[in-house]
Amino acid sequence: MAAVEIPQEEQAFLEYVQGGGQVETTDWMTDDYRAKLIKFIEMHGNSELMGVLPEREWILRAPTLQRKLALTAKVQDEVGHAQLIYRVVEDLGKPREQCLADLVDGKAKFHNVFHYPTKTWGDVGVIAWLVDAAAIISQKALLKCSYAPYARIMKKICWEESFHILHGRDVILAMVTGTPEQFELVQEALDRWWGPLMQFHGNPIPSDEDPMYLWRIKSQGNEEARQQFLDGYVPQIWELGLTVPDPKLRKRDDGVWEYTEPDWAELKHVVTGHGPKTQERLALRRGFLEQEQWVRDAVLAA
Amino acid sequence: MSHPVWEVFRQERRGQPFEHAGSVVAPDADFAEAWAREQYGRRGESVALWLVPRDAIRDVEDWADEFDLKYRRVDGYSIKARLKEARERAGTVGPG
Amino acid sequence: MNEQALLGLADDELVLGWRDSEWTGIAPLLEEDVAFSSIAQNEIGHARAVYELLAGPDGDADVLAFDRRPEEYRCAPLVELHLLEWAHTIARRWLYEVADEIRITALKQDSDTAVAGLAAKIDREEAYHRMHAEMWHDRLRDEPRFQAAVAELWPHALGVLPAELRGELVSRVGLGEVEATERGTHTDELAPMWEEMTMVRRSAPAGAQW
Repeated sequence: MAAVEIPQEEQAFLEYVQGGGQVETTDWMTDDYRAKLIKFIEMHGNSELMGVLPEREWILRAPTLQRKLALTAKVQDEVGHAQLIYRVVEDLGKPREQCLADLVDGKAKFHNVFHYPTKTWGDVGVIAWLVDAAAIISQKALLKCSYAPYARIMKKICWEESFHILHGRDVILAMVTGTPEQFELVQEALDRWWGPLMQFHGNPIPSDEDPMYLWRIKSQGNEEARQQFLDGYVPQIWELGLTVPDPKLRKRDDGVWEYTEPDWAELKHVVTGHGPKTQERLALRRGFLEQEQWVRDAVLAA
Repeated sequence: MSHPVWEVFRQERRGQPFEHAGSVVAPDADFAEAWAREQYGRRGESVALWLVPRDAIRDVEDWADEFDLKYRRVDGYSIKARLKEARERAGTVGPG
Repeated sequence: MNEQALLGLADDELVLGWRDSEWTGIAPLLEEDVAFSSIAQNEIGHARAVYELLAGPDGDADVLAFDRRPEEYRCAPLVELHLLEWAHTIARRWLYEVADEIRITALKQDSDTAVAGLAAKIDREEAYHRMHAEMWHDRLRDEPRFQAAVAELWPHALGVLPAELRGELVSRVGLGEVEATERGTHTDELAPMWEEMTMVRRSAPAGAQW
């Protein structure tokens, strides 16, 4: 039986991936597919790396040894994910150094949620529980990615993320069953994070206009992901006696969640580098990259 | 690519096959080991690792299939029709 | 068991683990970031195990770890230093591991079987830390930044060990014996670290769950 040959022509290649065909690193692919793949995967890597920054401050402030260890392990996973992801991008043709340079120069994007400040231990719980939940929904939609090396790392990433949600839920439960002040910390953090969470999956794009969907890089549209998030997590929020700061939020009889339209202008503004913490965090990354260039030179030199 | 890539194969439980898990960029086997240990073992997901420089791997992806070699494959045998005939001759065809 | 010495060990591991955990997310290489974070977590795990031993079956390791005043901690000055720069961080890691091996080896001979047993467990995990530290030491030994950092931290490293164990440290590290920065007084870096370390915990009444 002849090995499956990937057709070396644009339309035939599109049909191949749409029909469930898998692509490996050394296979032929269209320039457009490769370019879109690099951009999408790079943004994921950037997001994992930038996602570390809001959380690592709280590693130093964790109120028990167990929480300190769990939070360190969670953030460590995110760095590990960045490593896995940048390796995939590098094998597609864009070196890690270039990705990091583009990130700190503001030329590459990362997810909206990582542009916002963290203010209290309540944020630590809300991020691990809800932001990671939103992320895991997107990540599960990548498990069948047509580009096989990316699909394969997603399996490890999703497995590790499941620990984060458990940790987040545990942190939240400890606080909502603790003092009234601790309950209030969680509610206040939730009130601040709700807007970015609703924007996280992106504005609704029809599937047939979404290149990521057409090229079977992801298997789920933005709105579908958001609905899945609401369906999974709003009941969990409400059952703890917490409120969601959206008076319009409700589930219709047909199962669809209604909500106040997220501020898409804010989303665009933030991901293009104007979030409340964007420049400060990029500067921190840039500073450490520069300070430690000598280490990379010493280690990776022949 | 200028930086050396080490492929990581991991064994999840004793007796299982070693499966490709990913890769690390490292200058030598000691760094590759120190780093792969944590990236592929910190949550107890592996009992063993094989670390191989990418250059040491020979990639094999294609086979010729020009002639009828069906005898070498499972789909090259169609047992059903002959088995039915043999059972009928022996009178051992069952109900239905 | 020598409680003061054990508390010194636990406080060293806690504070060093705290300092090392600060690199999570910003280490020079992603692969090293992951590995280094595991080392930091292990150190904190060791501290926890020793606190649990000291606190006893009805005690709480967190109370020992967090609820003392800074001046009550028994850590060595070496671990208190805030060194968010790689040459110093790795120099400290290496010096600390050499010193700690000498200390742990002695503890494995402790007449208290619980202490000896715990020291043996710690030692088995520290074997990987030592491999990591030696790996970096080999790679950076000719780098002037690293050599300068080792020389700078050397008096502090000597202070990790009691006087009777320092001879061995001197011969392993290969630097001449100098006046040690002794355990017993704290650097002015410990108090701000303690403030940050305990700020969330202190925001709720004692005994609050987290």
